[in-house]
Amino acid sequence: MLAYVIRRLFYAIPILIGVNLLTFTLFFVVNTPDDMARMQLGVKRVTPEAIEKWKAERGYDKPLLYNENAAGAARLTDTIFFEKSAKLFVFDFGRADDGRDIGHEIKTRMGPSLAIAVPTFLLGLFVTVSFALLLAFFRATNLDFWGVVLCVAMMSISSLFYIIGGQYLVSKVWHLVPISGYAGGLDAARFLLLPVLISVVAGIGSSTRWYRTIFLEEIGKDYVRTARAKGLSEAAVLFRHVLRNAMIPILTGVVVVIPLLFMGSLLVESFFGIPGLGSYTIDAINAQDFAVVRAMVFIGSVLYIVGLLLTDLSYTLVDPRVRLQ
Amino acid sequence: MMPIVLWTDALVFLLLAATAGAGLYIRRHEYLLASWRRVGESRAGMAALVVLLAFVAVGLLDSLHYRPRLADANGRPANGYGTEVRSVLDALLQPLRAATEKTYSAPLATHLYARETVELPDGTQARVFPRLKHGGAHLGDAEAEWGGDVAWRILRGLFFAVLAGLTFLLGAVHLAARHWAVGRSQAWRRMRRGETRFAWNAALLTAGLLLLLAGPAISLAGGYHVFGTDKVGQDVLYLTLKSIRTGLVIGTVTTLAMLPFAVALGIAAGYLGGWVDDVIQYLYTTLNSIPGVLLIAAAVLMVQVAIDTHPDWFATAAQRADARLLALCLILGVTSWTGLCRLLRAETLKLRELEYVQAAQAFGASAARIMGRHILPNVMHIVLIAVVMDFSGLVLAEAVLSYIGIGVDPSTISFGTMINTARLELAREPVVWWSLVAAFTFMFVLVLAANLFSDAVRDAFDPRLTGRRIAHSAQGQTA
Repeated sequence: MLAYVIRRLFYAIPILIGVNLLTFTLFFVVNTPDDMARMQLGVKRVTPEAIEKWKAERGYDKPLLYNENAAGAARLTDTIFFEKSAKLFVFDFGRADDGRDIGHEIKTRMGPSLAIAVPTFLLGLFVTVSFALLLAFFRATNLDFWGVVLCVAMMSISSLFYIIGGQYLVSKVWHLVPISGYAGGLDAARFLLLPVLISVVAGIGSSTRWYRTIFLEEIGKDYVRTARAKGLSEAAVLFRHVLRNAMIPILTGVVVVIPLLFMGSLLVESFFGIPGLGSYTIDAINAQDFAVVRAMVFIGSVLYIVGLLLTDLSYTLVDPRVRLQ
Repeated sequence: MMPIVLWTDALVFLLLAATAGAGLYIRRHEYLLASWRRVGESRAGMAALVVLLAFVAVGLLDSLHYRPRLADANGRPANGYGTEVRSVLDALLQPLRAATEKTYSAPLATHLYARETVELPDGTQARVFPRLKHGGAHLGDAEAEWGGDVAWRILRGLFFAVLAGLTFLLGAVHLAARHWAVGRSQAWRRMRRGETRFAWNAALLTAGLLLLLAGPAISLAGGYHVFGTDKVGQDVLYLTLKSIRTGLVIGTVTTLAMLPFAVALGIAAGYLGGWVDDVIQYLYTTLNSIPGVLLIAAAVLMVQVAIDTHPDWFATAAQRADARLLALCLILGVTSWTGLCRLLRAETLKLRELEYVQAAQAFGASAARIMGRHILPNVMHIVLIAVVMDFSGLVLAEAVLSYIGIGVDPSTISFGTMINTARLELAREPVVWWSLVAAFTFMFVLVLAANLFSDAVRDAFDPRLTGRRIAHSAQGQTA
């Protein structure tokens, strides 16, 4: 098992190099630092000196891949690729365009992001799995039919509608919780209640339908018939047999997103003014701060790969037949 | 006028031609026709198809663009063409397009939303809600006549809708009676009771409902702003109708752009195996591991920089906005082909072990021929299911991306830009809700119809429901 994990981690290296090369190409080759400088300083009437100054301040004045003027190893290290892209591998993210340390920002913003993402994830999983089990229990009845209709309708509604509508109704009309904002400590609950609820509701439609199909597929299998033939009650069949066997397809979709919870939710955080990583990313996108976007792309890829690994490991937990070699 | 073919127009019409071609091909092949017949048997599928066709008709009208000829001071046509690009839909909706007010006004309102200082005839000034320039301008005494006029217009619209609907229904019954070689009353009874092979009753009912909604709306639009006006006084009904094209383009052109990659790479990886498989797997794992939104953001920012630094590439603002729309489609395509590619690879792995493929190999058919002639037709149902399932997810994604600021050009009218400009207005007192509600309602109807139709297609083409994986990943992208 340990050998498997180590091998998988080695597989991650070429993928991360690929991610890095892709972002490097997007950010520095397709659009040269000159273009970026012109963009930041305003497209018209910008002097070449101003561009050079902007680039020098941010370390974009070096050659892209190979520095002819340097000596020894510095020929490779004193370049934009090494300074800006290769350093990401040791999680050295450098500074944002406004001069702040990206690594520090990420550390302080992770807390609020997790404070929203983790409750949303757990509550959402619990609600959708229970709802799907309910529909599967009452399969081929009116309840099931209208439940599915409700799911299809709910997944056809834009997530923006849930957020805007929820904010309007709960905060503006009913004055139950603040519209947006964040506070540390226990006070945070007041601010987190609405965003968590809205995110859970917004996810119900598609997830419930998806889990319901998984459960129905399991219910059609032979071992379920055997369990019923033994005389087990329908509830026992559902909870003890179907639910456990449906874990594999459910885990495939669920575990991979657990590490990505760190990244926060772009929409919810920016609508509710929560100082997490999601709103940090949106602010960076709007300010066209490429250094931050680059850092977030890299972190996202690392977390995704960790998620894939966790998925494989989780299979061994729910299904003893799975062996990792 | 000078016809203009924007890039997305060309792709939309290419897609239309491809659909027509596919239709002709399907007609000639009984086994394909059988699956499509199952779609026609589904009531929800037929109802959704009618709604989708209505949306597509609006979108197609909005895809025929031209630049109007400039007029000189006397209104005579002059040499040269305006820089404004219009569509046939714009020409049809000219009364709505031209009827701009000063600022917000509620649906069917006769007065502006905001007070203004006006000079009364006796020389004093007063703060009043001024009358609208177009909404209800034909009324003399707005307060007294408004109710009667609106009711009269609704009744007139309903009357014409019922008239049109009945004419259509009679025609349909007549055709059906001739087709089945039975009497008309017999044909009508069959259709009404749903005893026909295809769910004609659902389709006719949906068409009737659409007519009943459209009739009064058209009748009212002649004298009022049916959905009110937005901040700069544009008619919201006009904006929502214009948004339809953007949504359709994002939903279809994106898939069109990614399809060749996904199909070619997926089949090649599955059939050829070896290093080809390794390279393609590496490619999609790498692309997949970058969070979709961030990859889209990075690519859109790059496109934006390129467009901003080269203003000389585009003759008109519409062409510039169109380039960004096209770029967004391509980028969304790049980020969304991986799911389909993986599915096709897995399916090809299964197919290549089957006897008919081995027989083809024994005959000495080349790898390219086997992939093109033997494997491709047998994975087409997966491709089709992926295409219809991705559509609704992409329409929803557009709104989210536009909110984040990496969607369509701000000058392009879309559901996303409408919602984005309207969402802050909920804070006003009294609330300006109409543009938001209009955009969300239209988007909901479009996505719901697409979801129902794709369910019908999936059920028809894949009894074992292998398509649900795609559905799940498409939903994950928009969350």
